[in-house]
Amino acid sequence: MIEIGLGHYLSLGAIIFFLGVIGIFLNRKNVIVILMSIELILLAVNINLISFSIFSGDIVGQIFTMLILTVAAAEAAIGLAIIVVYYRNRGSIRVEDIHGMKG
Amino acid sequence: MIVHSIFFYFFSIIAIFSSLMVITSRSTINSVFFLILDFISVGCLFIMVGAEFLGMILLIVYVGAVAVLFLFVVMMLNVAEQKQSWFIGKKSTHIPTGLIVSVLILLELLVVVGGWKYKEDVMSSSTLVLSDITNTHQIGLVMYTDYILYFQLAGIVLLLAMIGAILLTFRERVGVKKQSYLNQISRNPSTAVELKDVKFNQGVKIDD
Repeated sequence: MIEIGLGHYLSLGAIIFFLGVIGIFLNRKNVIVILMSIELILLAVNINLISFSIFSGDIVGQIFTMLILTVAAAEAAIGLAIIVVYYRNRGSIRVEDIHGMKG
Repeated sequence: MIVHSIFFYFFSIIAIFSSLMVITSRSTINSVFFLILDFISVGCLFIMVGAEFLGMILLIVYVGAVAVLFLFVVMMLNVAEQKQSWFIGKKSTHIPTGLIVSVLILLELLVVVGGWKYKEDVMSSSTLVLSDITNTHQIGLVMYTDYILYFQLAGIVLLLAMIGAILLTFRERVGVKKQSYLNQISRNPSTAVELKDVKFNQGVKIDD
């Protein structure tokens, strides 16, 4: 309990991943919160990669973390652009108002 | 070592609490603020565990760019009056399914972490950490040699994201005078200048 090992970091990543998934499923507000939940999930993945990289002494995990950071930034930019365009066209980004594809 | 444990629990409790607040807070702008707090505390964890470069990148890129981008969009769109709590309002049918799936994912991950056994020989690799150089130096040694292709691909991904975001949000405005370089360059004197004979005491009549 006192000695911090790999399992502690993996547990932290698992809990943050869980919170991100639950934020996607249970969201009743707007789509921006869903994007933020996706950011939380990517952050949990980064925690896992970095803790494995540190505790196993291999630097490649940190390289992949940088690639994930790049993809997350690109995803956030594109997603927010789509949200802005949608709001401009429809005037609302609430989750329950978005049913154009009858999904 | 006790200090390490104290700081780990401090930062991870803040991270878990703030990610909980991201998905439950009533207004979107509070969610963005808690997302920033989450990024900062996880960045401190990264710095603490020994990945200083990525911790700093997380602070600079995420808190400085991505979270501020979220803040921009939240302030630009009028989402302040769209606040609504989870279970109030129309009853949704996908909430029980979502809860079951999320809890199952958490349980699976915790089982995997709890039953995991560290094997020394499995994880030996060719790119082991050298202990006498800094973290940034190590990343640079590997990233610009073995992983140069992935580095370039990351740049292309960022370029495409930039082009896509501009293309999506671009709109043609009507009624705004804009400079047209092609028209400016393709003018010639015969079409641009018109010479008129001015009769005495009559002035010029311009028809356009």
